[in-house]
Amino acid sequence: MATLAELCIAAVAEAFRTDRELVGTGIGPVPRLGVGLAKLTHSPGLMMTDGEAFLVEQPVPLGPRGYDDRKPAGYLPFSRFFDSAVWSGRRHAMVTPTQVDRFGQTNLSALGGTHAQPKTQMLGARGFPGNGIYHANSMFIPAHGPRVFVAGEVDRVSSPGYNPARRIAGGNYSAIDLKRIVTNLCVMDFGGPDHAVRVVSLHPGVNFAEVDAATGFPLIDAVAGETALPTEEQLAIIASLDPHGIRHTVLAENPPAIRSAS
Amino acid sequence: MSTLDKRMSPAEIVGQLRSGMTIGIGGWGPRRKPMALVREILRSDLEDLTIVSYGGPDVGMLCAAGKVKKLVFAFVSLDAIPLEPWFRKAREAGAIEVLELDEGMFQWGLKAAAFQLPFLPTRVGLGTDLVELGGLKTVQSPYDDGEVMVAMPALKLDAALIHVQRCDHRGNVQALGPDTYYDEWFAKAATQCFVSAEELVPAMEDAYPEDARANLFERCFVTGVTEAKGGAHPTSLPPDYGWDMGWFKKYAAAAKDPGDWASVAAQFVGASEAEYLASVGGMEAVGALPLPVF
Repeated sequence: MATLAELCIAAVAEAFRTDRELVGTGIGPVPRLGVGLAKLTHSPGLMMTDGEAFLVEQPVPLGPRGYDDRKPAGYLPFSRFFDSAVWSGRRHAMVTPTQVDRFGQTNLSALGGTHAQPKTQMLGARGFPGNGIYHANSMFIPAHGPRVFVAGEVDRVSSPGYNPARRIAGGNYSAIDLKRIVTNLCVMDFGGPDHAVRVVSLHPGVNFAEVDAATGFPLIDAVAGETALPTEEQLAIIASLDPHGIRHTVLAENPPAIRSAS
Repeated sequence: MSTLDKRMSPAEIVGQLRSGMTIGIGGWGPRRKPMALVREILRSDLEDLTIVSYGGPDVGMLCAAGKVKKLVFAFVSLDAIPLEPWFRKAREAGAIEVLELDEGMFQWGLKAAAFQLPFLPTRVGLGTDLVELGGLKTVQSPYDDGEVMVAMPALKLDAALIHVQRCDHRGNVQALGPDTYYDEWFAKAATQCFVSAEELVPAMEDAYPEDARANLFERCFVTGVTEAKGGAHPTSLPPDYGWDMGWFKKYAAAAKDPGDWASVAAQFVGASEAEYLASVGGMEAVGALPLPVF
């Protein structure tokens, strides 16, 4: 039987469905497996790297492997990443920010305190500001809760969202394109009025009230049904891309896709 | 006539630097960092530095040692240990000033400096906290579109430090490996660029003419060169050696216990490069560090 992590991977793959040729970047095991699954099934135009500098047509499996096992088909080092992928808009990335707010603004920089002295220093903005203003982005949140989906604004805005108060006259925000948020409870999008966040599918056994209670901002109930279970074909591809079973360590206690009636 | 002999010792290179300077450090996180030169700074009495870096242990160590007045960064990370522990301590103590940038804005600022421009326009930063917190200004297109963009200021460097595989006495460098990050632009953004190399040869055209395409930037951008075997350790230098995960773990643990740099600096810096290299097992051990896979 499929696990919840595998159901999330299939949902990620759906978020990456595209007819375009663009770089698909999934940071972390579930997003990366989801991009690979999309590429190998419905979205062959997706381009992936080996995590270092080369483009590969066969997604690189997770975990230990021989350094030269990957077969480069193209070249996309950091030194040309902004020219080729980010600033040209030819990319869709899925990341796991520390905080997300109702505008889709995210925080990877710091929590609490002041800019001069944060209470908790995190990574820094990384490429989030450029990703957000230039290409499509999605998120994977493995532990859906109000500390991630915060009530007000995120503590530091590392990537832009749909907040009208943060837009300046004459600025070009037309490429801001937030696609999906896949969590351990549901799939959400930004399809509500003024890009408000909606719940579009619930994972089997989850109800809207539970998601609502675990979210710091108001949600729109646009649930069309249950998040689809992965097919046998999808599960086989996922297993081939994750030979060491790293996906089983992503969600606490690695629960099954369908909640047991306890 | 100049001999173009740019050879210097690491101590002579650091002797060219001054307290208060803005110093760019090549590499990316735990990769291709000019750590031998960073260690030489740590052995010096330089202070009040503004460090410009895609940060890894270079930033953490310089922060821990109190060398940093201001940091220009987009991230500081050891990759497999995502949060650089000593950088984190410095930030949470309010010990350093920062200019936090996006990774792409950062290289854009280096390019502005390289091209001797005051700024380059970009959309990056719009809608985020970076613009206001960084004191960045906007600029309006003078053409019909009238678009308002962020004016990314030039990141002018007094000096850049870079580590490569090969260099000759005149500063002809060869950087191998699948990715050289933005080292080229650090070199071009700097008034002076100092290069350490695993192997220093008298004449590149005699030693490695077949690899001339690995010449990352022209020798006119190079002020001084020095040989430093294992000079990127504990960071990686593909394809020669990977990063030293065991070293990173000890270094990260030391940020918690004892948590005091002065009592562990000798272990992570060494009194000399020779002593440092010996302490990590020599080139035999460094050369055997596996390349990370992702």
